[in-house]
Amino acid sequence: MSAYEAQPVSEHLLGVENLTTHFYTEEGVVYAVNGISYTLDEGDTLGVVGESGCGKSVHALSIMRLIPIPPGKIETGEVIFRGRDLLKFSDDEMRHVRGAQIAMIFQDPMTSFNPVLTIGFQIMEALKLHQGMSGKEARERAAELLAMVGIPEASQRLDDYPHQFSGGMRQRAMIAMALSCNPSILIADEPTTSLDVTIQAQIIDLVKRLRDKLGMAVIWITHDLGVVAGLTRRVNVMYAGSIVESGPVKEIYGNSHHPYTVGLMGSLPRPDEPPGTKLFSVRGEPPDLLGLPEGCPFAPRCDYVIERCHHEAPSLEPTEPGHWVACWEKEKVRKPQ
Amino acid sequence: MTAQKEVLLRVENLKKYFPIRRGVFQRHVGDVKAVDGVSFDVYRGETLGLVGESGCGKTTTGRTIIRLYEPTAGHVHFEGVDLACLKGGQLRQMRRRIQMVFQDPYASLSPRMSVLGIVGEPLEVHHVAAGAAKKERVAELLELVGLDPAFMSRYPHEFSGGQRQRIGLARSLALNPDLIVCDEPISSLDVSIQAQVVNLLEELQEKLGLTYLFIAHDLSMVRHISRRVAVMYLGKIVELTSRDTLYSNPLHPYTQALLSAVPIPDPFIEEKRQRIILKGDVPSPVNPPQGCNFNTRCPVAIDTCLEVEPEFIEVEPGHFCACHLVQSAVSS
Repeated sequence: MSAYEAQPVSEHLLGVENLTTHFYTEEGVVYAVNGISYTLDEGDTLGVVGESGCGKSVHALSIMRLIPIPPGKIETGEVIFRGRDLLKFSDDEMRHVRGAQIAMIFQDPMTSFNPVLTIGFQIMEALKLHQGMSGKEARERAAELLAMVGIPEASQRLDDYPHQFSGGMRQRAMIAMALSCNPSILIADEPTTSLDVTIQAQIIDLVKRLRDKLGMAVIWITHDLGVVAGLTRRVNVMYAGSIVESGPVKEIYGNSHHPYTVGLMGSLPRPDEPPGTKLFSVRGEPPDLLGLPEGCPFAPRCDYVIERCHHEAPSLEPTEPGHWVACWEKEKVRKPQ
Repeated sequence: MTAQKEVLLRVENLKKYFPIRRGVFQRHVGDVKAVDGVSFDVYRGETLGLVGESGCGKTTTGRTIIRLYEPTAGHVHFEGVDLACLKGGQLRQMRRRIQMVFQDPYASLSPRMSVLGIVGEPLEVHHVAAGAAKKERVAELLELVGLDPAFMSRYPHEFSGGQRQRIGLARSLALNPDLIVCDEPISSLDVSIQAQVVNLLEELQEKLGLTYLFIAHDLSMVRHISRRVAVMYLGKIVELTSRDTLYSNPLHPYTQALLSAVPIPDPFIEEKRQRIILKGDVPSPVNPPQGCNFNTRCPVAIDTCLEVEPEFIEVEPGHFCACHLVQSAVSS
């Protein structure tokens, strides 16, 4: 059972339950992900936002079982996909899930392609492996996929190497590769962070169209609150390895109740602000995950901090239906005026 | 606020080409036209935002202005003195007046120097202060940028990105400059830290009467901090005007597309927005298109655009734009 949903986890497409991932390094234990739970339904779009080092990427890699072990270790938790726990799968079983049923695209399209193999070869590899296609079939399908993501003269470009593509085209090619086996979940880990805004707009437009056409669920991981506002239906806000607020996108943006979310929203310039407006900034720095303080991880930067925050970490509790906040003082938290 | 209109910096037709050389004899086979004829004024006390996508030449413009790169052609007048012709001691004297804050707070601070060494270096190079006087001034500067002066003996690796950017800022303030060229000073920082640094920049401007040339690709932050904004595309400025006009009434098709591509952190607005999605990528600056350099992606290009390069002219008072369509619409 999920901690806060009436429906059992197994009835959702994906249910993450108390997922905890730590890294055992020479300097000490890095508490990257500390017990997060959420669910995802078919065709849903979930945004995961947070600053660098909040554990948003590690949580995705944990779902895909791509954490290097050691030094990493998935300590506890369950990742229920279509009723079965991915964390209990053998490596071989997992290989049939990755790429085929859950696909992932990464931030840097240059380093996620093999530079000495052609784009076509790399897309066809997945098709042959997961779908058992012949070389000719796979080539046709690969050309179709490249055309679908808007690469001109797709069948000729199959023989190009990654360096012959521009950044935006590489990201498109990666999306084509991710979609090659019709996955039911696409995990996008900051896929547009290294791209320019006009190219970012192209990619987001593409993912939206493909999501609606193919009916897949999308988990979009980013630090850009603007992208999430236009693309996703629900949002998880992460801080220091925990989900601090979760809810429908309009609730999170219009009616946030966690001091960190409120601070993040306030630190962005708004298009309708009068000249001379000061940005609201969260004081201090994000915590070092090497040694997390006891209690709420946000307490040292929080304006609403009370004695209890320093020794007792709050858990997610509902404020409205579907809107969950982990804060002792959530009733008092207001938008800065 | 608008009464004082003293031109502090005038950039005239500035060009910076990087030669491409090939073969054993290093034959000159072409040029990367990074900055290709850029003109603008910066008024004293204002913040001019310079925005554009990667590779449009905005950083090169900033670096050429302070002569980190030798300009290929053009003039940079600072209080009437042409920086492009200065040499030796005279140039060094002018450099005290113009400073730069860099994008990467990790690469722009020497890992082998203490904060005292880094922030105090300009003071020593320009024979302003040494010894105890230097220490005193560095302490003052650190306090100004919101750091504890006790950090003076520490090294850059002991600081976070936001703190390092503050150290870089303290260094640039050491010689009491008039103009600071901020080259993407916040783009490598986390969102909550970005706001801290932007607020600091604004406070310092108020306190010290600084002028900023603020180079960035983040249009919403540029809108927040700038009084006027110039938009660059492929080595040229396509539009320059006050920030309110630019965001409410953009004239150039590229500006319009760029603004519509910026995601707004508000789901209620995003729901109703129509985006202009540009086709294709930015062409290479080695071989820019004939005529208007935006014609390969422009949704409204006409035949003239393929042949004739549009001039960068004032279409309304204070509103400059380089587009045939806009110019013919205004003149008719």
